[in-house]
Formats: sequence, structure tokens, C-alpha cells
Amino acid sequence: MKKGSYLYFKRRLKNFISKIFAYLMTSVSLFFLGWLLFSLITYGSSHFNLSLFMETTPPPGMEGGLLNAILGSLMMVGLAVLMGTPIAVVVAVYLTEYGSPGYFASMLKYVNDILLSAPSIILGLFIYQIYVLRYGSFSGWAGVLALSLIVFPIVVRASENVLTLIPDHLKEAAAALGTPKWKTIIFLILPISRTGIVTGAVLAFARVSGETAPLLFTALNNQFMNLDLNKPMASLPVVIFQFAMSPYDDWHKIAWSGALFLTLIVLTLNVCVRLIFRQKIILH
Amino acid sequence: MEIKNKINVKKLNFFYGDFHALKDIDLQIEEKRITAFIGHSGSGKSTLLRTFNRIYSLYPHYKATGEIYLDGVDILSIDQDLTRLRQRVGMVFQKPTCFPMTIEENISFGVNLYEKLKSHAMEERIEWSLRKAVLWDEVKDKLKQDSMALSYGQQQRLCIARAIAVKPEVLLFDEPTSSLDPKSTNLIERLLVELREDYTIVLVTHNLKQAKKVSDFTAHIYQGGLIEFNKTSEVFINPAHEVTQEYIQEY
Repeated sequence: MKKGSYLYFKRRLKNFISKIFAYLMTSVSLFFLGWLLFSLITYGSSHFNLSLFMETTPPPGMEGGLLNAILGSLMMVGLAVLMGTPIAVVVAVYLTEYGSPGYFASMLKYVNDILLSAPSIILGLFIYQIYVLRYGSFSGWAGVLALSLIVFPIVVRASENVLTLIPDHLKEAAAALGTPKWKTIIFLILPISRTGIVTGAVLAFARVSGETAPLLFTALNNQFMNLDLNKPMASLPVVIFQFAMSPYDDWHKIAWSGALFLTLIVLTLNVCVRLIFRQKIILH
Repeated sequence: MEIKNKINVKKLNFFYGDFHALKDIDLQIEEKRITAFIGHSGSGKSTLLRTFNRIYSLYPHYKATGEIYLDGVDILSIDQDLTRLRQRVGMVFQKPTCFPMTIEENISFGVNLYEKLKSHAMEERIEWSLRKAVLWDEVKDKLKQDSMALSYGQQQRLCIARAIAVKPEVLLFDEPTSSLDPKSTNLIERLLVELREDYTIVLVTHNLKQAKKVSDFTAHIYQGGLIEFNKTSEVFINPAHEVTQEYIQEY
């Protein structure tokens, strides 16, 4: 009897200790996250006003904003996602519907996983070598190409995840009606996976909007307003980098505000994605 | 009057990888009759059913040798057009497999594969197939509703309507009522007897009462082999094979 209750006590103690430990670790990580957000808000809110979105990057000592950087980021990230997503979806469809048990498909998956974890600076250097040097200038298009190399494996992985969720019996039902495979894919499988694929694209957008390294050798930077993709283009992360590294105080303030803005965008996108996805899971 | 064999199976052997699932099956399915396949789980009755529309071709590692003649043409031959075959030979599965679309879209999906119907003609076809599946009265006011909102039994009838809408010649039913309540089961059993007027029906069932009630012919599949095939009345009153006798005793 006594031995039994002692073991029981030991178990409860272990339970208690691990629970405390878990809570402690969670608090530590939440603490740093909170500190980060706090710093962003403290340093970034001073310059977080309308002029940030209306004026272009100023020379040191003058008033200005981040309009050219924001628009540049929007254009390049948007185009990278628009270009990378359809190709990624096609590849994901191939991997799940056509290639599936084959050797080529598993190789392709492996390559995709490598690309997914490739350092983005290498992707930037790659585009620099084959595109920037070839055409002789830095440009928005080079930036778009580098970013789409990051977008592509993200969307392939996300699409693959939703596509494999589609139950076999649904595909069999379509086949049993005499539906050719391509029609099953276009009219049944893709519409069902639509939400998951869009989610993947939005997550890729959020992830890529903060990428700095690949843009350094491709789109470079531009202190003036430029919407021409054939020329160097400003982007939010690169300008933040440039301004933060400088010795000028007012540039630092703008950098902080830019960082706050970027963080808010990424947070909002992630939260939206979570909300949409939760709704979808409930519906099913 | 000559009895027409809609499907004629000759020396069919079926393999999943190395596993020999069906052994030397010789079988004739008579036109516009209901033929039931009975047998224990894993005996191969579903496997046999699934050779009739070559649905197994969706997956690798499945192989069939021998011949299966549909109206005299071997459907196991390499140049068989599978989509055309499956339009002629429809299938209803064990669990309802409605597409996540509206009720009418479920039906028009199949029809649009083969015919270009104007909207009025499509509406007629939808009504016709839903009436045949004894579902029209229950859904006529909510055709644009999501099919997933229907009850399980209604969904299964929608799947039957969907299969009928493309005007097949043969209907394969793979344990269509095993996941349904008694009332829906009853409805579908009556439906099967009505459908017999126009379609050749093959029904896999582990419900022996159902086989006895509904079918004209019964085939007993045991461990991949066909051990008994006769008129249903004969099989159930006077089985030739002792294994069949044992199996029937169980109910």
C-alpha cells in the first residue's frame, strides 16, 4: 500500500515539474517576442505617420518617407508570387497525381526540399550571375526572379500538403463516371484545394517580403521613386538595412518605422491565413 | 429468346503485386438482371467487381490477365478506352462519394463529360435521374444546396442518380447499403429492383438477406475463387458447395 502511494506521488511530482518547466520555457520565448514587439513599437512609432507612405526616401537630414521602398517591395514580391505560384501548383499536381510512386517524383521532391532550405543569399547570387551580369544592370526583374526562386518551393510544399489530403474515394468516384484525369484535376481537385493553395501563396508573400540578401545583388536599391522593373528598385528590407547601418539618426528613425510596418504586414497576413484556414477546417 | 450475356469473364486472374487475389474466374453476367457477389471479407468479391470498370487501373501494382468481354469486346485489352468504358459501366461505392458541390452540379458534372446539353435539357436530365433514384421529391426545392448538407442515405441516392445520369448500361454496386440505416437500406433495395428494368446490375454485398431478396443470380467468391454460381433461389435453397452451405447458415 505505502509503496503504491509513494510511486503515485513521484508521478504527480514529475508531472508538476514538467508542467512548470513547459510554462517557464513558453514564458521565456513569449518574453523575447514581447520585448521585440515592444522595441519595434517604441522606436518605430515616432516616425509612423502618413508621410512614411507618401514621401520617398530622403537624403540624410531631410524629411521623407518610404513610399518608393514600399511600392518597390509590393511590385517585386507581388510579381514573384504571381509568377511562382502557378508553376509551383503544376509541379505539386505532378508530384501528387502523376509522378507519385516514381523515382523522378521523389527526386523532384528532394530537390524542392533543398531549394526550400537554400540560403536566400545564394539564390540572389545565382540570379546575379545568370541575369544581372548578362544584361549588364541591376533591375527590378532580377529581384523578381530571385524572389520567385524562394516563393516556388514554399508554394510547392503547401500545395502538395493540401493535394494529398484529397481522399482517394473522391478521385475514384470521378474516375468511375468516366472523367479523364486532367478534368478531375482541373474541375474537382484544384477547386477543392483552392483555399490551401492560396494560403500557401499568402504565406510565401509574407515570408518573401522580408528577404533582403537576394535583393542586394539583383534589384539593388534606388533612392528615387522608380516603378520601372528594368531599372534598380528600392525595397523595404534593403532600405531598412541601408538606413539602419548608416550613422544618421533620422535615417535610423525611418528604418525603425519601416521595420514596424513590415512586421505589422507579416503578422496580419499570418493571422488572416490562420483565420481562413480554421474556417475551412470547421466547414469540413 | 436468346439470353444475352452482358459481361463474359474468361479465365480471369488478378494480382496485387505478388498476391494472387482472383484465381481463374469464369463467369457470365446476364443482361438486365441483378447478379450478387457474396463471400467473406477479403474473399475477392469487391476485387472482381472492380475489374468490370477497370477502376483498379488508377493504381500501380494491380494486374489482370484473362479476358472480360463487355458485349463481346474484351475490356482488358491494351487499347480499351477507359473513360468510354466507365461511361457505360457506372459504379456506386460503399460510402457516399458526393462531390463537394451543389446537388445539381454533382449530376451535371458527369453529364457534361459526354454531352453538350442546353440548360433546359440539363434540368430535365437532372430531374429524371433524381426521380429514378427516388430522391427528387426530397431535394427538388434545394437543388442549389451543397450536397454535403444531405443525410447519408440521401447522399448515397444522389450518388446513384449521378451514376444513372450519364446513361450507363451496367451499374456496379459495391456494398451500397452497408453504411446506411435500415430505412435507407430498404429504399435502395427497392430501387435496385426497379433499376433492373433498364440496367444490368452487379451487386457486392455481405448482407445475405439482401442478396436473397434482390438478386436473380448469386456468385459465391471464396478465397479468390468462384465456388458457386447459380440462380439465387438455387444457391440459397440448394447450395452445391459445402462452403456455401456453411456461409449461408451464418444468417
